[in-house]
Amino acid sequence: MKDTPFPKLLLFINALVPLVLLLWDVYHKRVGANPLEFVTRTTGMLTLVFLLITLAVTPVRKTFALNRLVKFRRMLGLFAFFYGTLHLLTYIWFDRYFNLKSVPGDVASRPFIAVGMMAFILLVPLAITSTDKMIKRLGGKRWGRLHSLVYLAGIAGVLHFWMLVKSDTRLPLTFGFILALLLAFRALVKYSPPAPKGFSGSVVPPR
Amino acid sequence: MLIKKPDEIKSSEITDKTVYLNRRLFMRGAALLGTTAATALLYRKLNQPTSEKPAGEKLANITQAPQDDRLRQGFTVNEKLTPIEDITNYNNFYEFSTNKQSVASASQGFVTKPWTVSVEGLVNKPKTFDLDELLRFPQEERVYRLRCVEGWSMVIPWVGFPLSALLGKVEPGSQAKYVAFQTLFDPQRMPNQTTGVLDWPYVEGLRLDEAMHPLTILATGLYGETLPPPDGAPIRLVVPWKYGFKSIKSIVKISLVAEEPPTTWNIQAPNEYGFYSNVNPDVPHPRWSQAREHRIGESSFSSRPTLLFNGYAEQVANLYTGMDLRKNF
Repeated sequence: MKDTPFPKLLLFINALVPLVLLLWDVYHKRVGANPLEFVTRTTGMLTLVFLLITLAVTPVRKTFALNRLVKFRRMLGLFAFFYGTLHLLTYIWFDRYFNLKSVPGDVASRPFIAVGMMAFILLVPLAITSTDKMIKRLGGKRWGRLHSLVYLAGIAGVLHFWMLVKSDTRLPLTFGFILALLLAFRALVKYSPPAPKGFSGSVVPPR
Repeated sequence: MLIKKPDEIKSSEITDKTVYLNRRLFMRGAALLGTTAATALLYRKLNQPTSEKPAGEKLANITQAPQDDRLRQGFTVNEKLTPIEDITNYNNFYEFSTNKQSVASASQGFVTKPWTVSVEGLVNKPKTFDLDELLRFPQEERVYRLRCVEGWSMVIPWVGFPLSALLGKVEPGSQAKYVAFQTLFDPQRMPNQTTGVLDWPYVEGLRLDEAMHPLTILATGLYGETLPPPDGAPIRLVVPWKYGFKSIKSIVKISLVAEEPPTTWNIQAPNEYGFYSNVNPDVPHPRWSQAREHRIGESSFSSRPTLLFNGYAEQVANLYTGMDLRKNF
């Protein structure tokens, strides 16, 4: 426990709670009439939730001067990747029973799957380079640039969700709205102090 | 300047180390329990499939022809029935919820008495039927496959009567070519109608010959009991060779018309849902394949091929001779 501070342990266990409950419900057949759809939907939703929480760390940290929050960011991101992997596995399972032969063709014919796949692929290098060693090897600047792929992954993830619903887009739009806020925060921080480029409206130009 | 003497605090006043450690352990245990309980509650609140037991009433006088005849006519199938818990807890009924597993709880207590169905339009004898009158039509059991456009299917023992029997009573005029159906519009009783997820009220339509086909029924029950709310209480259409959304629920109006009537999902996404929407494994939905389906209640590892006209080709294919089914999807 010495090298794992208690708050991190707390986060780790809490992040596994949904998985434990999901497995419990599957085992007790309490996931409704279409278990696979339920598991696919749940893991997909958890991926997006963890992705958004990860992306919320920096804005919350800067707004409320809570610098220690950054310690949790890696674990949150890895949980997004973890649930994303589970989501992909259930999809492959799901897809295999619908489309035995043509996974690539299927990905091409169903754009929302292609977009979801892209979101996942974008997360892979981030998970691989998440260790301290890798940060050192890449150097902070390059590492940071690589990890800005997470923004793209977030956009692709939300788009994937939005594209698959039949007509009720409220939930994907909510995710999209939160994502837009989190990304806008970064854009504001990046572009507003020196010279407000590409922004109009609320930002007062220097006199 | 004050210089602290080392013995200012008596050693007896210093908290014992084990007490301190125990207290810390206790605090951590409490934090662990508290946060995991909160996370678990939040997860449960957001992601819990419901399982409501339908409170149906037994339907009387259900007739049945000999099994062989029924099989030949497509009035029953030799396939395992989907359990009633699944039929009543996994529903697309956007008037109550867009979450298939929340419709049962959202529709609990839906009041269906009194209920009338007005049959009007290009008919010689327009008439408004109340539920008792509709239940006086000879009721029979029909075991049909139901194939949802989303890629899952069920086998459901409906109770109902042929739509043709009802239409016969009102005598369609010679101009009547199509039948238009309408679901109840009442946001007080169908709470999700306050949202704009679909164009309310839900409307559907059939060509007159489709409507008169012996397989097309108005269902008043399932598993021998009155129709549960999530399945379209008190009366719904069942057209077994078309995707499920054609089988409109909780009908209040049926009109005979001359032109092809608007249909809800076609309004919503014309390139995805056609007027005909016949089950067809060779015509994919723009966003997914329709070649296979998952039968609810079967192993999650299994799927089965989807059949042309949902397996009713022998009975209905002649309705569409000479028609391009890809164009008229």
